[in-house]
Parts: sequence; structure tokens; C-alpha cells
Amino acid sequence: MIRRNIQLNQQGRLRHFLTIEGLKRQTLVDILDTAESLSGVTDQTVKKVPLLRGKTIVNLFFEASTRTRTTFELAAKRLSADVLNLNIAASATKKGETLLDTLHNLQAMHCDMFVVRHADSGAAHFIANHVAPHVSVVNAGDGSHAHPTQAMLDMFTIRRVKGDFYPLKVAIVGDVMHSRVARSQIHALTTLGVTEVRVIGPKTLMPKGVEALGVHVYHDLDEGLKDVDVIIMLRLQNERMEGELLPSAHEYFQLYGLTQERLDKAKPDAIVMHPGPINRGVEIESSIADGPRSVILQQVTHGIAVRMAVMSTCLGSHADGGAA
Amino acid sequence: MRILIKNGRVIDPANNIDKVTNIYIADGKISAVANALDDFTAEQVIDASGQLVCPGLVDLSARLREPGFEHKATIASETRAAAAAGITSLVMPPDTYPITDTPAVAKLIRKKAQDAGFAKVYSLGAATQNLRGENISEMAALKAAGCIGISNALTPIKNPLIMKRIMEYAATFDLTVFLFSEDPSLRHSGCVHEGAISTRLGLPGIPEAAETVAVARDLALIADTGVRAHFCRISTLKALQMISRAQFDGLPVSVDVAAHQLYLTDMDIGEFDSQCHVRPPLRDQRDKQGLREGVCKGSISVICSDHQPHEADAKLYPFRQTEAGISALETLLPLTLRLTEESNISLPDAIARVTTGPAMIAGIDAGTLSQGEEADIVIIDPEQYWKVCPENMLSRGHNTPFRDWELKGKAVHTLLAGKTVFKQP
Repeated sequence: MIRRNIQLNQQGRLRHFLTIEGLKRQTLVDILDTAESLSGVTDQTVKKVPLLRGKTIVNLFFEASTRTRTTFELAAKRLSADVLNLNIAASATKKGETLLDTLHNLQAMHCDMFVVRHADSGAAHFIANHVAPHVSVVNAGDGSHAHPTQAMLDMFTIRRVKGDFYPLKVAIVGDVMHSRVARSQIHALTTLGVTEVRVIGPKTLMPKGVEALGVHVYHDLDEGLKDVDVIIMLRLQNERMEGELLPSAHEYFQLYGLTQERLDKAKPDAIVMHPGPINRGVEIESSIADGPRSVILQQVTHGIAVRMAVMSTCLGSHADGGAA
Repeated sequence: MRILIKNGRVIDPANNIDKVTNIYIADGKISAVANALDDFTAEQVIDASGQLVCPGLVDLSARLREPGFEHKATIASETRAAAAAGITSLVMPPDTYPITDTPAVAKLIRKKAQDAGFAKVYSLGAATQNLRGENISEMAALKAAGCIGISNALTPIKNPLIMKRIMEYAATFDLTVFLFSEDPSLRHSGCVHEGAISTRLGLPGIPEAAETVAVARDLALIADTGVRAHFCRISTLKALQMISRAQFDGLPVSVDVAAHQLYLTDMDIGEFDSQCHVRPPLRDQRDKQGLREGVCKGSISVICSDHQPHEADAKLYPFRQTEAGISALETLLPLTLRLTEESNISLPDAIARVTTGPAMIAGIDAGTLSQGEEADIVIIDPEQYWKVCPENMLSRGHNTPFRDWELKGKAVHTLLAGKTVFKQP
């Protein structure tokens, strides 16, 4: 059975942004180009464009977040949309309302876009399958499945520094198992056509069959970092530092923490990325996080332009009558 | 009432019959399977030309949701659906509410089924009180109340000593222990098979070892206690190999598989299709193929529906939060028949997996057309094509991953003790 990609409308334009998987290279490049043209807005004195004037965007966060929610909010406001922030974890579901009921109630208020974060993989797909035809859904992180806007802002950052994706070797280091960021980055990097994607970490943090996503698996950091152009460090959740997955934060840093010595194995102009928030001294040495090779703060800045691009692209898809 | 079913292709695997002949029924019982019978004047003649005449199907696992979950289904609603699907005997696991750990619940279920009158319903008694895996249940009383075996349903027995005691106590009363072997620690929070698909979707995986570790433990305890045991709903090739080896070594063990495991894999989950959320999970292509071969060779002697009807809401959440299970009574027969086209199994052998196979494990008088048996019979049109349309299902649960599948073979007439309980209009 052939299933249509629910992210696209009948004209093949992006209506929802749920996962990078299954999107064409050109779609990703278009988002990056749009983000590039929108990034100027942030530098103006009046930091606004009227692209989404009159539109209502709801930030539907079922899981705590500061950075992602804030950048989504800023992005929406700079596009002149009205923004509603809902922290659902603390309200409706506690009273026994189902996710679908919450959604229907909000939809009755005539919103145009839901930006969704949820602890369950597939939550954004679920919501996209149940919204009215004029509504778009942007995934702001679902379980361990996908975090596509984070991956796109990482791609934006890489392109700004490196120019071209083709010659690049990229290493993703750490807790790949639980990381929605890593999954989205892998799909984005392979779609944009980098030379090689490596994932590096102990077997306890490597999901089974990850090779099927088109990556090479390394368990030795020194070996894995050899000659790479981009190093992406993943966040290690505090609760996973000691227990059945890892013996201690200390041993983790010894084996998989990024130090200057290890950074020297990579190409001389290699950049260091991290989706944040950083555990200094666990994933990465402070001097590197704050050092000249780090682009961590640029990632945050780029997050606004990239999210503006995604929001305007998705809501723009309704203009061609492409209600799916 | 004297009934003649004539000119059908009669398939009765228990008696090695596969030929075009007649069946004579008197007073609800089978008088003879023969071309002619002297002194028999039929009051009703059913012409089964071009059709299959088989024992009514025996489903070794169907949750009818009553008592306790009547918002999902009732014994009446589901036995009616069963009759229309050619199933005349069903075995119900003990995870009702209240749990089937007392004779009263077992009797209630039987009475409700008798009142409905569409099919025979047998109960498995709970192996432990409240299915908690701690105190063993009053198995002798449950057996006296009609329970055909004991089981802890989907709740694992964590403590091996308690499992050993369950087996010893059940063996005392010659009760079969029905095992759902899944190691809870290895399953952890998993909801799909651990592999490339769980990795892609970011869903917590259930490793193959969750099944093999539990099967290994249970096999060791079966060898130790000598109890007769049946492994329910096996999902991995490796576990099947372990059980087959034990059978070869002479251990009194049998095994069944749910029909959907023979047709679906974790690939079918696609983009989080909650209709494919089942327990044990859909495994990979190799497992599916291995289970099919087990069914063909007979090491798996039973295909069951593993019927678990749900209200629509139960599947309307993000995948992991949805309830597991398929409403499967109505697809059991056509999926079983389809094996004869897709795999190396004869029609009588396929029919055996849903008639005499399960009847022998349940220890009930069903699944055969032997003289003197109650006339539980299904007449099947083997050439009737139909499309699975959840909205038209008779079961109260419309949850099926087989939506829009084009299936072949349908029950057209079902008799329960000689009485028509379903007839296709």
C-alpha cells in the first residue's frame, strides 16, 4: 500500500514539518535559503516582517522546554503572528482530558498552526493526522523520534561555516539511543549528501540497527573523530549518567568527553556543535565549548531564522489551496 | 431436528477425511459422515456443493471483554461475530474484571455464553490470585468450575519459584499451564520489536531476548516439574526453535501463534500505525517466515485469533500510549486459508490448526466431525472474495490492521450443536 507523505499537501508542498525523513533535498535547501533571507530581519531595528500577520500560532508543549519554546515564540512574533503558549503538562491532561480532546478544543479557537513538543514518539504525527485541513503542525520534538527544526538549524550553521555539504565528514557523539536530535540530524545530513556520517558512543547508548539509517558506528572516540569536519556532541541526560547504561559521568567523560587533545584528531578547521543545554565536563570541556571552534551560540541564534522559515513555508502552503 | 449437509467437500483433519460427501445430523449430534445413510429422513437439507464443510473453528485465545470491559465488547456481541466467522468454540484468558480467579466468574462467563447461544466459551483460570504473581489460585476449584487450564494472562510471573509452584500445583490436578513468556525486565517500557524500525521511529524496543530468556526459563521449569504446558502467542523464530527442540526431546509442550504474526512485520507500523500495536510485538521478516514454517511443519499446532476488541478511543493516542491488540475473530479463517496459497501447507493441515489442533490443547470435545460429537460445523465458501472494512465488522471492536485487505474465503453457514447460529443472507 502506498501511503502519501502526510507532511506534504496535494501539490507536494510542505504543509506539516514533522520529520526530515522522506523529504527531498530541495525541500531542505529551500528552507535553508528562506532562513538565510529571513536572518536579516533579526538585525533590523524593527525586528518584524508581516509574513504571518493575522495568523495564530499555538505553542503546545507537553514537555518542559525553555530554549526551543522561546525561539519558536520569537520566530512567530518576528513574522507578526499571534502566539499562544500552552504548557499542557501542567493543565488539561492532569485533569484527565485526552490529547485529542485538548486538540479539538484548541482547534475550535481557530488556530492556524500547532508547534508541538511531546514526550511520546509519534505524537506530532498523531496530531497532524487529526487536525483540520487548514492547520499546520510543526514538530518541536517528539520522544526519541524527531526534532527536525533543531536539525535544520544545525544544517544552517554547518552551511554558513562550511559552504557545501558534499565533502563533509560529520561525527555525532554520545547518547544516540535516546536522541531525537541525532535521528533528525542523520536524516538531514544524508539527504543533503555529506560524504560520511559517523555515530560514536558505547553500545549501551547505540540503538539497534542504527546502521540502517546510513551511518557508520564507532565505539572509540579518537578513531571516530579522525579527519572529521563537523563534531556534534549530544546531551547526556543526568538520569542516564549512572545506572544500567553508564557506570559514571566520570568514566563517560574519560571515554567520550570532547577534550582539546581529541579535537586535534579532527580536521584543523573542524567545528564543534551541541544542541544544548551543555553538561560542562561531562560531554565537553569548557574551554572547547567557549573556544574558537565552537559554534554553539550561533546555533541558538540561527534557530530563530530557521524556525521563521519553517513556519512561513508551512503556512504558505495553504495559499495554493492545497488543503490536504 | 434431522439435518443433511450434502455434496460438500468435507474436511475433518482429526479423522483424516477430505472428500466430497454428506453429513447426517440428528438431535444436534453427528450421526454419520457418509455418502448414504439408511433410515434417515432429513427435515432440513443444506446443499454444500462447491463449498467446504469443516468442524466449527476453535479459537484458543479470544478476549470477549465481559465481565468488566463492556465498553469494549460483550460476550453476546463477540460470540455473534465469532459465529459469523465460523468459530464455534472460544477460550477466554482470565484477565477479565473481576479476574477469573474464582469459580463464580468462570460460571458467570459460561452462563452468559449459554444465554447468548452463538458459541461455546471456555475459560482459563488465573494462575495466581488477582494475577499478581504472588499467591497461587484455587486451581482445583477453578477446574471444577469448568476452567480448561490456568494462565496468568499477560502478567508475567517474575519470581521463578512461584512459577515452579504454579506448575507443580497445576500438574497435581492435570491442568495445562498456558504461558505468555516475556521477561518484564527486558521488555522494560518497550512497545515494538527492537530493531531498525524501533530505532527509526524512536520507539522503545522489546528485544527478541525478552521472549527467548523467558521461554528458556519456563522450559527448564517444565522439565523440572513435568507439567503439561502451552506457549501462547510466540513471536520469534528463536523461541520457536527452542520449543521445537524441547518437543523433540520429549517435553510435553505445545505452542500457538496469532494469525497476524504470520502476515505482518514491524515494517507495517509505517508512520506509527497504532493498529499494529500488539503484544507480543510484530517482529521482523525472518521471524514471520520462521513462524509460518513452524505452522506448516506442525511444530506450531495452533493458529489463534488473539482477539482483543477495543473501543475507538483506545487507539487514539500517540503509539506507545495506545492499547495493544487486534479485533481478529473475523480475519482468522481467511488468513488461515490464505496460508495454503502462500506457504507449503495443505488445506486439511491448515484447517487442523484452527480445529483439532486447538481442541486437543484445550482438552475439549470440539474440532472434529466424529460420529456422536455435537454438530459444530462451518460451511465455507472458499472462493468468496471480500474486503476487510472495519466499519462493517460484527465485533464491537473495529481495530484491525487489515483494513482494505482483499481476503478469500468466508463462512456462509455455521451450526452450533446442529442449530443454525449464522447464515449468510
